[in-house]
Amino acid sequence: MSGPRPAPPVRPVVSAPVLTIENFSVDYLVDPVVHAVRNVSLTLRRGEVLGLAGESGCGKSTLAYGIVRLLKPPAAIVSGRAVFHSREGIELDWNLLDAEELRATRWDKISMVFQGAMNSLNPVISIRDQLEDVFTTHRPEMGRRERRQRCADLLERVGVDPARLRAYPHELSGGMRQRVMIAMAMALEPQIMIMDEPTTALDVVVQREILREITRLRDELGFAVIFITHDLPLLLEISDRIAVMRAGEVVEFGDALSLYTDPQHDYTEQLLASFPSLTGERGSFVRGGMDERLLALDAVRLDDPNAGSTA
Amino acid sequence: MTTLTAEHLVKNYHLRRGLRGGTLRAVDDVSFTLEPGRTVALVGQSGSGKSTIAKLLLQLERPTAGRILIDGEPVQRRGGGLSRYRRTVQMVFQDPFASLNPYHTVEHHLERPIRLHQPKLSRDEVHRRVLHLLERVRLTPTENVAARRPHQLSGGQRQRVAIARALAPGPGVLIADEPVSMLDVSIRLGVLNLLATLQREEDLGVLYITHDLATARHFADEILVMYRGRIVERGDADEVILRPRHEYTKTLAAAAPNPERRLSELRGG
Repeated sequence: MSGPRPAPPVRPVVSAPVLTIENFSVDYLVDPVVHAVRNVSLTLRRGEVLGLAGESGCGKSTLAYGIVRLLKPPAAIVSGRAVFHSREGIELDWNLLDAEELRATRWDKISMVFQGAMNSLNPVISIRDQLEDVFTTHRPEMGRRERRQRCADLLERVGVDPARLRAYPHELSGGMRQRVMIAMAMALEPQIMIMDEPTTALDVVVQREILREITRLRDELGFAVIFITHDLPLLLEISDRIAVMRAGEVVEFGDALSLYTDPQHDYTEQLLASFPSLTGERGSFVRGGMDERLLALDAVRLDDPNAGSTA
Repeated sequence: MTTLTAEHLVKNYHLRRGLRGGTLRAVDDVSFTLEPGRTVALVGQSGSGKSTIAKLLLQLERPTAGRILIDGEPVQRRGGGLSRYRRTVQMVFQDPFASLNPYHTVEHHLERPIRLHQPKLSRDEVHRRVLHLLERVRLTPTENVAARRPHQLSGGQRQRVAIARALAPGPGVLIADEPVSMLDVSIRLGVLNLLATLQREEDLGVLYITHDLATARHFADEILVMYRGRIVERGDADEVILRPRHEYTKTLAAAAPNPERRLSELRGG
């Protein structure tokens, strides 16, 4: 396969953790109680891309929102904690922060690119004002001229013409809006970025450009990324380590290579088998007669007819 | 047994930018044939004109130039001829959350096309056909599923209802516009496998519209690569993917996630 893709640079082997998640559990306090995340423990190392794979409803987004304490009732963190280790060696337990500290720390230390982020821009405010808002809130001492300069730099960094600062979100394409969101998440040079399906709504070519951009910026700025998606081949390509989630639990956690070549859990194998290879053997699994096992995974359940999945 | 042929299709859209107008050529001289039992995949990135072709084939849009032939005859644009055409060419949409009405039961969704296209059937007969359709898309127990509403089904199950609905009038050609891209990954292959099986059973011609090259290769016999309204490359599925000739096909193939490439780098490094 030849492509214009640059080889990934060699990364430092093991570095210090930047985020430690211990025994994290989140319940949705509805009737009956939903255990959305159960006893998840993960460590995120400085500068690494940690992939979080799983299907809809497995709790991966809930976990991400839980880490930065963005969950709203009825969701509740019932156990565990997320500890942030800053570059200066200070430990910050997110559970112990009060509202004002949380507000100041979010985005500054950990920023997020939300699912469908391109639709989370305010349609009646220009791109410039939305980007500047980050600085006026978190860096009130910054002068106007510097702020403007930084906004232009940010857009340039994600590959959007700074002339588009004056544009409103509807004047930009989906891919450009997504880049603006990524620029916004990078504005304060956070040490961690959480990306929840940042490229799902985009087509493959734009997705590839944005992924390349993220990897490049990661190498340049050295932040750590938690990358959430159901697209396992994509994760295998960009992440250093991958956690596979199912029904709220991390069923497998390991580096990308061993997860791919030697999956330990049945579910990981099943996920891997769900993606036909682009260039490998032309399998018979699609056209070689009906394979009832494939659909057995999605059989109609009789016990709870109201279990409307979000899938 | 139906053969659908598109000949030199062109579709222009008129744009309005203030007082100035402009023309966007969404589809530019596209020709292909859908034969019984064969699958043609139409791949390309967003905005390349894939869905416009689907709209043209479904007669939701009129081509600016070119014609659509069914079994060698130009298609009828009104009256009984149009009804016959609609019976023959059916569609499976991308989003099974939007394409089913949350207000109605599964039975209602399947009953409508049967009644519309065969108005003389008795109530019992219609019900039997509904159950048979559900049986064919493996949604069992059928009586139970027929009484459900869309929110009581998973995404994959809903898409199977949509497939059953498309099969209800007994079509000869099926147009599937990204039929699995909204579904959970572990059930995508199951749904494609089902589509391929039904296709074989009914001898359907299928147009599979997607941006996922991997499934296009495994599911289709022939691949057409679209770029800015034009077909830039076409040919046997394996040939197009493994030995792409056009620059754009190469870009598309390089953009698709390919873990093997990265992992061989990891192994080597």
